[in-house]
Amino acid sequence: MSKLMSEDDVVAELRSGMTIGIGGWGSRRKPMSLVRAIFRSDLTDLTIVSYGGPDVGLLCAAGKVKKLVYGFVSLDSIPLEPHFQAARKAAALEAVEWDEGMVQWGLYAAASRLPFLPTRAGLGSDVMRVNPGLKKVRDPYGEEELLAVPALKLDAALVHLNVADARGNAAFHGPDLYFDDLFCQAADRAYLSCERITDDLGELTRRRIARWMVQGVVEAPGGAHFTSCVPDYDRDEAFQKHYATSAKDPALWQAFVEEFLSTDEAGYQKAVAAWR
Amino acid sequence: MAVTRAEVCAVACAEAWRGDGEILASPMALIPSLGARLARETFEPDLLLSDGEATFVAGPWALGAPPPSTTEAWIPYRAIFDLVWSGRRHVMMGASQIDRYGNQNISCIGPFEKPVTQLLGVRGAPGNTVNHPTSYWVPKHSPRVFVKKVDMVSGVGTDREAGPFHEIRYVVTDLCVLDLKGPGSTMRLVSTHPGVTVDVVQAATGFALHIEDVVETRLPTDDELRLIREVLDPQGLRNKEVPTA
Repeated sequence: MSKLMSEDDVVAELRSGMTIGIGGWGSRRKPMSLVRAIFRSDLTDLTIVSYGGPDVGLLCAAGKVKKLVYGFVSLDSIPLEPHFQAARKAAALEAVEWDEGMVQWGLYAAASRLPFLPTRAGLGSDVMRVNPGLKKVRDPYGEEELLAVPALKLDAALVHLNVADARGNAAFHGPDLYFDDLFCQAADRAYLSCERITDDLGELTRRRIARWMVQGVVEAPGGAHFTSCVPDYDRDEAFQKHYATSAKDPALWQAFVEEFLSTDEAGYQKAVAAWR
Repeated sequence: MAVTRAEVCAVACAEAWRGDGEILASPMALIPSLGARLARETFEPDLLLSDGEATFVAGPWALGAPPPSTTEAWIPYRAIFDLVWSGRRHVMMGASQIDRYGNQNISCIGPFEKPVTQLLGVRGAPGNTVNHPTSYWVPKHSPRVFVKKVDMVSGVGTDREAGPFHEIRYVVTDLCVLDLKGPGSTMRLVSTHPGVTVDVVQAATGFALHIEDVVETRLPTDDELRLIREVLDPQGLRNKEVPTA
């Protein structure tokens, strides 16, 4: 059964108040066309779970984020994400800052339908102080106290892969899958965008997303722009710099939104091409 | 040519990995990268180094050059996390703030609820510090970094519940080498770099250091100098992180 849909079809299945996980890592292989569609939507009060990059920045800029679960937010080549920084400085969102490994464990627990998974990561740090809801669990076979990372159950996951078929089998062609499979498995509904829809998914060991994890497939060439989607394209460093510079000034940001984000995905890609 | 401060720092960073054997050396800045590569070319040949993306690479690797094409293994982030849990890694992280117990902050400045400045977030610092050896690199030793109390404990210090695998090895700065072997596991001055006095280090530190039997940080050997200057950093990028006074 074909699961093909558009970005706007995906947004139509989302609801305000949902918990949404976003795949990729920093400014790498982010499902940006789906994020841009949320940016344009009237969705609000979202809880976002992400190894954060400009996905988090854009959604913060649009005032969509009520709560953010993250280990970091960075644009990689530009270490700090300006919209995220501004949102934190204004205390505009509930910040759930965890160790990076805790985020993986939370997703893995949800994917495995477990209430929690134990770890040492986080113990002794101020992650415990600023997240007073975190609880510890005693090793039932010994004495050690461990942190019980609660499952990060997602209502929806958004990921971007290099290639997929119409049923949701997908392959990554770059250096790292990141945690995209866990995001999909932790979610009630996972939406996958990709550079190309094809029945030739290539090398078997790179097909790490299987159709049982996926409910919707969007063909989105350039959909990760301006983040990297190696080997299809590298990060658009010039455009990322333009984004980051614009993000620091309200007038420039207004102009950026009008030029690139007040239109559909085709309009965005056209405006970026014209900007170059 | 006289030995520069940057070269002394690179060797001091390399020394942090001495005795580590077949583990992943994870340097987070330029001089520590030079140090890790130098350690592997000299006294720690079994160290593993990542290309910064998802591959272990073998062979000499100059700063600013593409990673060597001699690849060893695939090491995506998930495998890095596995490696962290296993303890077979020694990271050298940066620190926006660090206190006398080695508590480190890279998350935010000011109260967490409404920070004055949001930095990266705690990243992997909590998990790193409780799972495997950790060292720190501070390229500009100042009271702004060495503070009485950090705003958000990211890397866990010696005065906290840190579990069985916690070990802070060294804190290397542009002025000196420190460890956490002072009374009550507090910060101790181990050595000052040539030309730096103990008073200068203490004045640049926002808390009292344990000071006893301080020696001078060792100079690079001739072989180390040749490797640094001709093989591992021919462009002299090290001088950007630690300028020659």
